[in-house]
Formats: sequence, C-alpha cells, structure tokens
Amino acid sequence: MTGSQSRLLQAAMPWLVMAAFLLAWEASCVGFAIQEIILPRPSRIMAVSVDRFDILLRFCLETLWTTLIGFALAIACGLVLGLAIGASPFVYAGLYPLLIAFNAIPKVAIVPILMIWLGVGATPAIITAFVISFFPIVVNVATGLATIEPEMRDVMRSLGATRYEILTKVGIPRAMPYLFGSLKVAITLAFIGSVISETVGGNRGIGFLMLSAGARNDTATTFAGLFAIAIMGILMYALCAVVERRMTRWAFRGEMIG
Amino acid sequence: MSGVAAADGPLVELRAVSLAYGRGDGATLALADATISIRKAEFIAVVGPSGCGKSTLMKLVTGLLPATSGEVVVHGEQVVRPIKGVGMAFQNPTLMPWRTTLDNVLLPLEVVEPYKRQFRARKAEYAEKARALLASVGLGGFADKYPWQLSGGMQQRSNLCRALVHEPEIMMLDEPFGALDAFTREELWGVMQNLWLERRFTAVLVTHDLREAVYLADTVYVMSRRPGRIVMVRPIDLPRPRTLASTFEPAFVDIVHGLRDRIHQEYA
Repeated sequence: MTGSQSRLLQAAMPWLVMAAFLLAWEASCVGFAIQEIILPRPSRIMAVSVDRFDILLRFCLETLWTTLIGFALAIACGLVLGLAIGASPFVYAGLYPLLIAFNAIPKVAIVPILMIWLGVGATPAIITAFVISFFPIVVNVATGLATIEPEMRDVMRSLGATRYEILTKVGIPRAMPYLFGSLKVAITLAFIGSVISETVGGNRGIGFLMLSAGARNDTATTFAGLFAIAIMGILMYALCAVVERRMTRWAFRGEMIG
Repeated sequence: MSGVAAADGPLVELRAVSLAYGRGDGATLALADATISIRKAEFIAVVGPSGCGKSTLMKLVTGLLPATSGEVVVHGEQVVRPIKGVGMAFQNPTLMPWRTTLDNVLLPLEVVEPYKRQFRARKAEYAEKARALLASVGLGGFADKYPWQLSGGMQQRSNLCRALVHEPEIMMLDEPFGALDAFTREELWGVMQNLWLERRFTAVLVTHDLREAVYLADTVYVMSRRPGRIVMVRPIDLPRPRTLASTFEPAFVDIVHGLRDRIHQEYA
C-alpha cells in the first residue's frame, strides 16, 4: 500500500466502521425478527428522523441552546476558579477537597432539587450542564498552572517579576492548552447534563421528546433522539478540537515539524 | 549593612555562608562556610563533584534561596530577597514555546525596570536591539521562529540572549552548555567569551567541565563533596581572547590537570 492510499484508508476508517456497525444492526434486526418496539432497525430510525425532522430540529435546538449556555458558564467559572486554585496554595488547600466532594455527587440527584427551586424549564437544564462540565475545566487549568517548570519560575523571579507577572506571562499561556484540551471533554459532559435534566423532569428539549416518545411506545423516535444527541455531540466536539488547534498551535509542535 | 563597596571593591561577597535544606535533625547541609568575593566584571567558575551544592551557591547569590547562616552581600547590601536585574541561564533553555525567539528575548524588557514602563512606547527600538543581539550570536535569521523549531545549540544561544538583553550587571550561568554536544559546546564558549569581552558583566558559571571553566573564567573555585566547601581557588591568568587552539597549549593543560587532581582527591 502506498503512502497516499494508506492515508485515504485512514480517513475513510470512521465511515467504514460506522457503516459496518449499522449494517450489522440492520441485519440482526431482520435476521432475528426483533420487534420495532424493542429495537428499531437503523433504516426505520432514519425514516422517522426524516419524517419528523422539523420536530426533532426544534427540540434539538432547545437542548443545544441550554447546553451552550451552561458550557459557557462552566468555561468562565472554571477558568477563574482554576487560575485561583493553581496560583494560590491557600485556595488550593481550601477548595480542592470541597470540589472533589461536589464532583462525586451524582448530578441526577440534584435535578429534582433544582426543580423545587427553579421550577420546570430551561434553567435547571442550564445549571445541570454547568455543574457537570465545570469540574474538568477547573482541574485542567489548575494543573497547567501548577506544573510550571521551577527553572522558568526562577528566571522570572530573578528578573524581579511579581506574582501577577509570573501568572500572566507564564501561567496563563501555559494553562491554555490544558483549558482547550478540557473543553472537548466538558462539552460532551454538558450535553449529558442538559439531557439528564430534561429526562428527569422537563417540558422541553430532546430529552423530553425521547421520554414522551418512549411513553407512547414510539421506540423509533426515541432512537432518533439518541442519534440527534450523538450528532450534536460530535459536531461540538469537532468545533472544540478546531478551536484548540487554532488557539494553541505551539502545543501541537510535534505534528507540525514531523 | 556592613560597609559600602568601594569603586574597585568586590561586587558580590559571600561571607561564611552555609545553607541547609530542611530543618532539625533531618536537615542536610548543602553548602558549608563558603567565602567568595567577586570583583565587578570578573568571570568566575565554580567546579566540583556532582551534588556538591554548586547550583545552591548560585541561588544564594541571586537571593532565590535565603542563607541559613553567614551573609551574602551584593553592591554592599545584604541580600534578603531575589535581587533584580540578574541574568540567568540554565542547562534547560526554559524558552517559552508560545513565544517566538524574538519575543522570548524581549521578555526581560517587559519585566525589568526601567525598560518595563517604556516597553509599549519603544517596542520597535527594543525589538531592533534584540534582533542585533540574536545576530551577534549567529541567530540573525531565526528571530521569528519558535524555540521548538531551533536546534538545542540555537535554543541555548537564544537563552543567553534573553539573559543578557536587559544588560544585567550579574550573569548566573548554571551549566548552560551541559546538555549540548561537544562541538556545539566548544563553539558556544567562543560566543560566551565574545559577549563577555564586549559587555563586561560579572559572571558566575557553574560547570563540571574543567576545560570550559578554564577557557571562560578569570578565577576557578573548586568545591568539595557535599557538604560543599571551597577547597581551592585558582586564578587563571591566560591571555584573552582565548581560542580553542589555546586549550591545547601546555599552560592551559597544566591548569586543567591541577584542577582535575584536586577534584580526584574528593573521590579518593
């Protein structure tokens, strides 16, 4: 196989694997005569998706919207808190155990509480998306700051740099690849957060659509909703990956020289 | 404050300085009773077995570490916090990968007064100065490259430029050529000597390469094994500029042998 052929095959691999997976699914549904209410065939799910495209799109956009607001909040708060934790040993000592405890709480458990406080609607979904995607951002930003080389610090200190200058000239640029790396993880978590909230109790979003379709034994529509979430997740992940590359070109230096 | 340095007095003085890491019974003494005095524009080298506290000595002079006992005096004043306007170069070039070589060299001018407050207004002028400095070490065409696009030797040259751009009075060199191959290292000795002959800063070079020490220094201090004590002070009165050829002359070789014999006693 020549170099260009192997590159082409590598680019085609995700599509080939996806097609094989769907074909196997379709074949087993037909072969084992599985009822649609248990597991609909992929071709049936596609047909339903096309059929109900306008409804799916409307509910998807609602979910996308709440997810993105929660995600934006998570970036803003995660960045600030991550910088504080990474820059100050006191903040680190004080907040880290609390953060870990908070992260250990299953987020499904807080949705009913949020509903008591805020009622049904977009707000609980936004907050769930926020709390679930916030943690990896904080941890990554703090790690980026905490792992500054001691020699780099010595160079700055011997120049008479203040703590603030060390933070802005070394700490923040160094934490950027860690921040952008965490966004890919955080955005998928944010989707999980808002869909959980919509599923537990809500009147909007793709989670609600799936729940009500399930209640009507409309399994095909439920699966169409799953597909829609997966597609949104992939698109947002890809967007984050592109942003990461553009913003922190230097961190990918290995690939650029090689 | 004991005494103000006279015009021709020492710029840096260590008076019976000791340093211990840790406290109480668990403390390890890294440096014992070091007394060194460095004239303005003198180039000294510190050599010794590994782990003898050479790097500790450097951090003491710059105030990055406080002495456990004794005093460090720079400019007639006791050092109690990191002193400003020092240039430092380590074995690891510690360039910032997100900045171009030029921006890396400009870093001290963004931090050190009086350059800092004029940095925005005079940025073009400073950039010219940094480019000229880079050109003087043979990096004329590489100012806009990123450090990771340069070879190890080029990175170390940029590192020297960064350490020098704010015209510090004191240069601290902690095995700056230690990680380079022999050819590049010997070439950079020449670069270093030229920079020093032009600018006449006061330099402290920590190294375990005896030829490097004799090539560059006016005075070589030999340290014992841990806890480091200064066991020999050897003035090098060879004429400058020294060249690679002069490192093979008998006078040079004799000095290197003398130093080597003294260090071998430490391992005996």
